[in-house]
Amino acid sequence: MLLMTEEYIYAVARVRSRELGLLSRQDVDQLMACHKVEECLRVLSDKGWAAAGDVTPEEVLAAEEEKTWAFIYELTDDLTPFQVLLFPTDYNNLKAAVKAVVTGVEPHQVFLPGGAVEPELMLRCVREGDFSPLPEAMAQAADNAYHTLLQTEDGQLCDVILDRACLEAVLACGRESKSDILRDYAELTCAVSNIKVAVRACKTGKNRAFLEAALAPCGTLDADSLAAAACKSLEDLYAYLSATPYGEAAERLKESYSAFEKWCDDRVMDLVKDQKMNPFTVGPLFAYVIARRNEISTVRIILSGKLNELDDGMVRERLREMYV
Amino acid sequence: MFDWTTMGIVFALLGAVLAALMGGIGSAIGVGMTGQAAAGVVTEDPSKFGKVLILQLLPGTQGIYGLLIGFVTLTQIGVLGGSSDISLAKGLLYLAACLPMAIVGMVSAKWQAKAAVSSISLVAKKPDQFGKSMIFPAMVETYAVLALLISILSITSIGSLSI
Repeated sequence: MLLMTEEYIYAVARVRSRELGLLSRQDVDQLMACHKVEECLRVLSDKGWAAAGDVTPEEVLAAEEEKTWAFIYELTDDLTPFQVLLFPTDYNNLKAAVKAVVTGVEPHQVFLPGGAVEPELMLRCVREGDFSPLPEAMAQAADNAYHTLLQTEDGQLCDVILDRACLEAVLACGRESKSDILRDYAELTCAVSNIKVAVRACKTGKNRAFLEAALAPCGTLDADSLAAAACKSLEDLYAYLSATPYGEAAERLKESYSAFEKWCDDRVMDLVKDQKMNPFTVGPLFAYVIARRNEISTVRIILSGKLNELDDGMVRERLREMYV
Repeated sequence: MFDWTTMGIVFALLGAVLAALMGGIGSAIGVGMTGQAAAGVVTEDPSKFGKVLILQLLPGTQGIYGLLIGFVTLTQIGVLGGSSDISLAKGLLYLAACLPMAIVGMVSAKWQAKAAVSSISLVAKKPDQFGKSMIFPAMVETYAVLALLISILSITSIGSLSI
């Protein structure tokens, strides 16, 4: 534990310096004040973003995400603490690989960059039916999803299997970690995903069996009770959530789904903000990645608003809290 | 038959060695920790070298205090010249006198390093707060100085005791 604490001193000091370059609320206001996307890109370029020259907004955002991970790779060889952030990308790519192989379609621009496992490896494993090169939990889920899709041709069931496996992997990674922030983040991610699944299932009238298959058991939400409430009605679901630590989620859901999504991101930000005062451990590195993702997501919302000429008020109510 | 009365000089020397050894170990760990943090800040912003260097050196003083105690003890017990005929009681007293610096030196260097690492983070984000950032690790120094004081007073007074 002592070694773990001191392992990241150099990395945390670099992160502290980099945090000066993160977008603040004033920067976000400056972006909001811009009339056109081009003006936003100029402001971002002045802030050190790769937004100069002839680049599209998507290219700018992808480059920034890549820069964040390049920085983390530079700081540490051990990506284990960051697996909780990489699993969703990996499992998303796994879904794409399984579906591409089963449907016989050549995958084109379906894989997300930045995962821990190469999409080509996943594709080869699925094609050969040998999942052993993949991490154990992922291999089991891939095998299960592949054979389920072959037998039932039900793409949604395949998604459910892999989404749940992803959440279980995130939870396991958080629980195995010695870091409080990783454990809390994994728990929050799993609980929020369960709420999203329950709300969608309730709205589309899914049955109890579907919910039981889709919900991952986590510590702060009882999957059985959540499934039972979601099978009844949205009101029952909100009533159940009100009695859990996610009572505010019910309030936001009653408002709108986008308000709920903003609440989810803001909870994550609240969780990681304490790391600004922590000079040791992997926590500040993890918080930095979350902060960068958050600002990329905020910039994406602003740029989309400018591109589609949306009302400023509509964009502002979706803007996330910033880390600095 | 083993003669315990001849062991006075051994215990006294042990005290001197412990003061230098433990203070040195604490400072080496401390300066190593702060050095990593300082290097991290300088990697991103070389202009902060001067400020973080001062913070890096703060946990280094315990090693110097340990050396000082060791040197004074060696002088007092006659290892560096003079008579080294020391009774067992005096030898044990020298050992006891060196322990405050040895133990407090090692522990305080480590904790001062943690405070200094935090202050380096502070300077990385708010360079204008450098003055305040110095105060936090300097507070830890107080206890190393108190230990130094008590060790020096003890060591210099033991010689005049008639035991």
